[in-house]
This record gives sequence, structure tokens and C-alpha cells, in this order.
Amino acid sequence: MRSFSEIETTVKRATRAIGFSWGISEEVGKNVRLLEMFGLPGIKNINQYYKIYKISNFEDIREFSKSNSPKGHYCPILSGINFLDQSSVVSKFVDLEISNIAFPLLFISFVSRASEVVGKRIFLKMDDKEFLFNFNQSIYSNYLSGEILEKSERINLSFLENKDTFNDDEWTELYKLSEKTYVEETDSLKKTAAGAGLTDND
Amino acid sequence: MEVKLRDPKSLMKLSKLGSFHQSKLSFLRSFLEEFKDWDYNRDLFQLNEKGFGTAVYSFSKNKRTYSLVCFANEIKDDERSDRVIATKWDAAFALHDGIPSKQDLDRLYNNVPKQEVGRLSYKELALSRANKSVRIFEHVIESLSNGKQPNKKTLSKVGYLYRTTAVYGSGKFGLADRFRIKNRDEIFGPFRLEMMLVYLVRQFTFDQVNHIAKNKNPKLAVELDIEICRNLGIGNSTGLGMAPFIVNHPILLNNWIMAREIALKRIREIEKVSKSEFEFFYNCLVKSLDNVTSWNTESDFQNKKINGLINDLKKFIKFIKDEFDFEEHYQFNQIYNWIEKNLKDECIEYIVSMMMEPYDKIISPLINKMSADEDRYFDIPSERTVEDLRNILEKNYSEILKIDFSKKENNQNFWFISKNKEEPRVSNRYIEEGSDLEQPLAIARDINKLYEIIFTKKNSLKIGSFLNENNDLRHVVRRAFITEKFPYAEIQDNTIGSELMPIDMLRLKLSFFGANKFDPRSDKWLRICMFQGAPLPMDLKSFNNSWIYNSLN
Repeated sequence: MRSFSEIETTVKRATRAIGFSWGISEEVGKNVRLLEMFGLPGIKNINQYYKIYKISNFEDIREFSKSNSPKGHYCPILSGINFLDQSSVVSKFVDLEISNIAFPLLFISFVSRASEVVGKRIFLKMDDKEFLFNFNQSIYSNYLSGEILEKSERINLSFLENKDTFNDDEWTELYKLSEKTYVEETDSLKKTAAGAGLTDND
Repeated sequence: MEVKLRDPKSLMKLSKLGSFHQSKLSFLRSFLEEFKDWDYNRDLFQLNEKGFGTAVYSFSKNKRTYSLVCFANEIKDDERSDRVIATKWDAAFALHDGIPSKQDLDRLYNNVPKQEVGRLSYKELALSRANKSVRIFEHVIESLSNGKQPNKKTLSKVGYLYRTTAVYGSGKFGLADRFRIKNRDEIFGPFRLEMMLVYLVRQFTFDQVNHIAKNKNPKLAVELDIEICRNLGIGNSTGLGMAPFIVNHPILLNNWIMAREIALKRIREIEKVSKSEFEFFYNCLVKSLDNVTSWNTESDFQNKKINGLINDLKKFIKFIKDEFDFEEHYQFNQIYNWIEKNLKDECIEYIVSMMMEPYDKIISPLINKMSADEDRYFDIPSERTVEDLRNILEKNYSEILKIDFSKKENNQNFWFISKNKEEPRVSNRYIEEGSDLEQPLAIARDINKLYEIIFTKKNSLKIGSFLNENNDLRHVVRRAFITEKFPYAEIQDNTIGSELMPIDMLRLKLSFFGANKFDPRSDKWLRICMFQGAPLPMDLKSFNNSWIYNSLN
């Protein structure tokens, strides 16, 4: 088994060899490590992408808008870098759509990191596959096949408001249960247990 | 009285960093402190009469065990090389997490002797190999097998029986990634597992010579004297592999230097140094003179440094005897001010290290701050502005911005990874091919380029938008923001200029390891010694923490 450290270093060097800058190569190394750590096929996808990178003319999303569509296909790395760099601006759109992105798994590693940067969960639907990015701590998905994803026709992406996954009744029920660990304060305890003494307003 | 931390702009110059010495903060010393109450054991020792075979040593405590697996191999004299081009070694080692099973030992037997071309697993934590010191190994065997102890003077010139030529950890060649073990308290300090490996290898070298001598002459042979063992360490040949590490790990570098600087600041701020503390410091210093005078090297560069150090130490001792006023408060601050004014860097840093000796209370809490979670600071704050970035560059890189990169000599070298050995190298870009594949280690040059470009940009421009057009400088933008939080993260010097001495970079890292006897073999590699004078495993439950100055050599 390759260690994650080997994966990061090799991907960084391969990315540089393809022609990206060292700074971008560092980002891609981290991202493929992240994908592999979350059990997603980062190495397979990047290897395949680099085989066609130089012979294809990929585009890049410089400024994100609510709806983004290229003439051909977007490069997942440059678009991903810009998504990460502009994530606080992009998050204001709440929902956005990106068409025709090549090797989208490479793009979503940037989305995972953006989730941590903006402090919001991000829900992403890529054709029939769904991903929930949890502050870059985990990725919840129905995509488990581990195959190479050469392109996605449409990605819909939503920045989710920070809100509870439960309702007030459910919380109250659980809170009441937790109260059973508390001790009812008698008059005597009120006077002595907090150490305030008899006068607390002088 | 408040003493300021030393200014990174002068401290982080390569010549200054290349003058650092081991100290109480050094990793091999903190490793021994951490593992002194662990149980040591030699679990397996299956060597043939010539000393070839397998051995296993371990440290255990509660339910945790770390095992060193050793393979001693027969190689021809002409196959023995310290250089990274070697493919065979006298011995190869892996530090295994737990107690190795028979299957583990078989797997390791097939892979560990191959080193870089073998594969390790997440169950292994460190990997190394070593060669015998031809100069003394045979002499020791010959003496012991004839019932005599080896000549101490001969031993003293070398200081070890074996020399490691690489120690790998953290995910290399399939070894466990750091994240798998980072929450273990006992290995929280940097390089603690690598230190453990080297320490156990040292014991293996003693057991091996005793075993060979005994087999050679069972009736007459004696064991290597325990005092001699204590005064032998493990050698190490170190090349350029270490140099990029300190550039590639800016936060770790900061944390190492910061621990040292905080220690110095707190010691200088002690108002009343007790007589016993001062005597402790002074005695260590005087004892250490014996060590310094025994450092052997053929390098003119290092001999100059050693002679300068000895002369300055004598000058300092004279100052203490004739001029220093112990009755005046802030004694170590007085001393520091004097040495900074009167001595050279080599001796200043030597005395700074020595000042830490009496102060466990100051040093111990700092040791746990010498690791780093570098991923936490990897993301570039793209919401910040070009004005913020410019302010950081002007504040933290002012020395670097003075370097004129239009001059050929300031661009002379380039760092690259050798295709043959996948190891870092440095070469002259005007003579050799390959500078188009340069590694991103020319930080000073790239920071200058960044500064030039941002000068033409609007102050209010967001870094995210700036990077949109300037991703070729992304690696240095990241570093600049790191220096905002970590002042000692950056070498304040040119790492590609004609004056570059790469061994300064190696020396810095080795000093934090706790190495001594620096012996440069060129400007790009050197030999050192580790654990010389250290307690043996049998002494660990109770030993003198200033053992490093007790060496007879």
C-alpha cells in the first residue's frame, strides 16, 4: 500500500511535470491525498486526466457566476483552484451550476476544502451522484464505485446554511433526559455550593 | 526586565543557523528522557559466527511496544559506500510498530535490506541502513577476541562502530504516515521514532562485536568494556537530502527555532541565578572543552570553525574568571550581552545551548511545542489584500528584498531531484543541464519576483484575484502568509547564490537532532556522531541528563 505521504509527493511532482506551477502542484498533491484518504479514486482520475491534458484544450473559470458553461470542457484543477480562492464570494450565490467539467472528482476535492474555508456544508449533485461535504472533515456520498469519471454534464452546488438537522421537540426531549444528571438545589445548597456567600450584590 | 526574542532577520541567516549546536532541546536527548521508564529488551539475536543474521530489540510500556528489526548482511568491501548511490549495506533496520510476527519478519527480511527499492507497510515506522566503520570495526573484534580492550585513542578518533547513511520515516517507501501515530504522547516530539531507531542500532553494534569476538575465540574473548560502550555513539553520513526539509517545513522550522529562542529569552530574564545553577552551566562548559578538542576533521572549513570555537571558549572562560560579576543580577543576560559583543557565531550559539543545561523547568515544556500541524496553515487567505501581502513582505523579508537577483552570482545554483536516486542535489545552472526542472527552493528569488509584481497592483486587490493571474508565485504567497504567524519560518538568505554552503542547512537540522562531531567531507555532505556518551539501555532508569558532556572522547 502506498502511504498518503508518497501519494501527495508523487502527485505534486507529476502535476509540476505536466506544466502547472509549484504552488498549484502543492494544492493538487494535498487534494489527491484527501480524496484517497476519503476512499475516493484520486490517483486513477488524475492519472487519466494527465494523459489527455496536453492534447485537449481545457478552459478555466476565472470568475464564477451562478451559471457557468464553457465552449468545450473546464479544467478541474484551474477551476478548482479559482473556486477555492474565490470561495467566500462564490458562497454568496448560495446555488450555482457548472456544466461540462472534465474529471469532476478532481474538482470536488477543492469543493471539500472550500467547505472548511467558508464554514458551511456544501451539497453537490453531479449528474446522478450526490456528495455532501462536511467542512473538509468527511465526504458523504452515494458514489462508491471507484471508477474514473471523465466528465460531468452538470454540477449543481449549494452552500447550506448552518442549521440543525433536528427539530426543537427532538432537542427538548433529549435535553430533558440530560437534566436527570443534575442535582436539585436546596436552600442550603444555594447558599453554600457556589461559594458566593450570603451577599452577592454589594 | 523583559528581553526581546532575537531578530529573525539576523538569526535566520544561513551562516548563523550553520553555527547551531546540540542542546537540552535536541531530539535525541528528549527521546531518552521520554523513554527512560520504558522496558528495554533484546527479543531475538540469531546471528551466525561471523555476525550475520537477524536481531530484534524493543521498548515496551503498558500495552505499547516498538521493535527494532535488524538484518546484518555479508557484503564485499568494494560494495560498501556511504554515498546514496550504494545498494548494499552491512546492516539494515526497520522500526516496527508492535511485536513483529514470523510473517512480519519474513516480509521485512525480503524488503528492509533493499531499502529504497523495497516496500514497507503501515506497521513500520522508520527505516535505516548502516555501514561498519572500517577504521575500527576489525580492530575492536581483533582486540576483544584476543582478550584485550580496543585502543581508546583509536576509538576516540572515530567515536562509533557503525555509521547510518539514511534514516527514513513518515510515509517514505510505504512506512506509516504521521497521522496514524500523531496522537501518541510518547512520540509527540519531532523525529522521536528515528531517534529510537538510531539508539537501538547503537546497542546492536555492541552486541554484534561481542558476539563475533566470542565466536572467533571462545576461550579468550572478552566483552567490550561498558565504559567504552557508553563513549561510543552511532555515526551518520548526511547529504543534501536534509537541506530541502527545512525549506519545505517552514512551520516546523519556526517551532524548533522558537523553542530555542524562548528558552534563551527566559534564561536571560532570570533575575537571580543561583550559585548551583551557574556552577552547573560552567561545569558543563568546561567539561565540553574535552569534547570539542577531540573533534577530528580534515575539512579546512570545519577546522577553522573548531579552532575559532576553542579560542572563543578560552576567551569566555577568561572573562568569567576575570571580569564577570556574579553578584550583579540577570547574570545570563550579562553573559549573553558579552558573548554577542565579543565572540563569533559558532561560540555564541555553543554558549546559548549550554545556558539551557541547568533549567529543566524552562526547557521541558518547550519540547512539546516543537512539533507542527502544518496542514492547518496550508490554505492561502484569499480574502486578504495585496496591501496586506506587501506589508508582510516589507516587514518579514526586508533582508531578502535587498538581494539583487539581476546579478549572475546570486542565481548561480539550482536545486533538483536526481533521476537516479530521487534525492535532492544542487548544481551550477550556468554549467550543468537541468535548471528547467528546478525545485521550488529559491525562496529569496521568488519572493523578490513577487514583490516586484505586487508593486504594480492595486492595494485593495484581493489575493484570490491576484492569484488568478499569478499562480506561478502561489508557493511564495503561501509562505509569506505563514511568516505572519511564524516569524522564524523562513531562512533569511539566498539558497541559490554562489556563496551558498549547503552544509549550513544540514548542520542546523543536525544540531536539533543532537548530533556532534561535525565532520564535513565536502560542502555538500558531512559525517556526525549521535548518542556518544549516552546511557546504555541498562542505565536508562536513572541517568545524568548532562551525559553529553561526560564523554571521554
